[in-house]
Amino acid sequence: MPGKLAIVPAHNEAGAVGPTVAEIHRWAPDFDVLVVDDGSTDATAVRAREAGATVLTMPFNLGIGGAMQAGYLYAREHGYEVAVQVDGDGQHDPRYIKDLAARLASDPSLDMVTGSRFLDSDGNGYRSSAARRIGIRVFSGVVSRITRRRVTDPTSGFRMTDRRGIELFARDYPHDYPEIEAILLMHAHRLNSCEIPVTMRARTSGSSAISSSQSVYYMVKVLLAVFVGLFRRHPALDQPETPGAEAAGRAEECPPVVAERPT
Amino acid sequence: MILLATKYANSTEQRFEIIAVSVVICLVIFELIRRRRLMERYAILWLLAGVTVVVLSVGQSLLVKLTHAAGISYAPSAVFAIAFLFVLAMLVQFSMTISRLSDQNTALAQRLALLQERLDRERDDARPPAPGASRVTPPADRP
Repeated sequence: MPGKLAIVPAHNEAGAVGPTVAEIHRWAPDFDVLVVDDGSTDATAVRAREAGATVLTMPFNLGIGGAMQAGYLYAREHGYEVAVQVDGDGQHDPRYIKDLAARLASDPSLDMVTGSRFLDSDGNGYRSSAARRIGIRVFSGVVSRITRRRVTDPTSGFRMTDRRGIELFARDYPHDYPEIEAILLMHAHRLNSCEIPVTMRARTSGSSAISSSQSVYYMVKVLLAVFVGLFRRHPALDQPETPGAEAAGRAEECPPVVAERPT
Repeated sequence: MILLATKYANSTEQRFEIIAVSVVICLVIFELIRRRRLMERYAILWLLAGVTVVVLSVGQSLLVKLTHAAGISYAPSAVFAIAFLFVLAMLVQFSMTISRLSDQNTALAQRLALLQERLDRERDDARPPAPGASRVTPPADRP
């Protein structure tokens, strides 16, 4: 039976990490929970263990990229087939994990499924500052253009990957603000990704990793990394099981949902 | 490049050489990032310096305005001042980075020592050693 892992990065989230772990256990009982305590100075690790999670404690704050990669290294080393990222601050609703899993399982050519805040059809979208929305718009345009498919929420960290995604991210994961670069990394290695609509909640504790004073640096750094990334050589990962994956990778939209899984 | 900028600050013909040098520097930085020899985090200041020199040499009136605004009578001095500020900024950045790396190195060594101690103790608990045996794990025991 293939193992499934929920990776929960948490930095000083003692208030939110316990309920998050409990919710994952409740709504996605087939997932093991790994909390990556990224050098917290509060009781994050204790609360996570109390809630029944395995905890990786970083000796100091590595930043979200380093913490997530530790999670993917753990997933690779323990042979997990599926890994989902769920932020420790309670923004990501674990009720959507099964939707992400269903989408990933519905199409064998898919390697990553991201929960997007902006695909919500009933207009119940995500509220945030105008500046942040504009920033997300810009990146959405850039990423969509490069990957030649619609990416509505490139900064979402709520996503699930299969074994190939785990292998890729264990080997190479962006450092500072990884979400956007991770999508492009997937694309550059000719892995397929897709979005499904989710609703995100307001954070229950802590503060965003990106303060307004850092957002200029964020924009410059990510745009630079995206630009340089275009000139790197990325070998394709092995794609043994699906010969049609290459064709699907060139499609304009996400691969269509396959009602029954081909055997 | 700064030296060139100073030397030719008043010559329109040689502006292109300054621009060329700055562009080469930007390309070298770009190539270093591409090969993962340089992280974006540390490249931004270098690229900013390169772009500043290009901008100042293309728009020489801007340089003159800056010079007047800063109360400097001689334009090349302003170029030196700007260059000095960039060098200073980079040095401060390096000092901060070295301090952080030293801290993290210490934390890593401490964590490693604690883990080593726990590993040794658990191994000793698992099979009690002969009297007088060392608690230090021989390296051959490691897989």
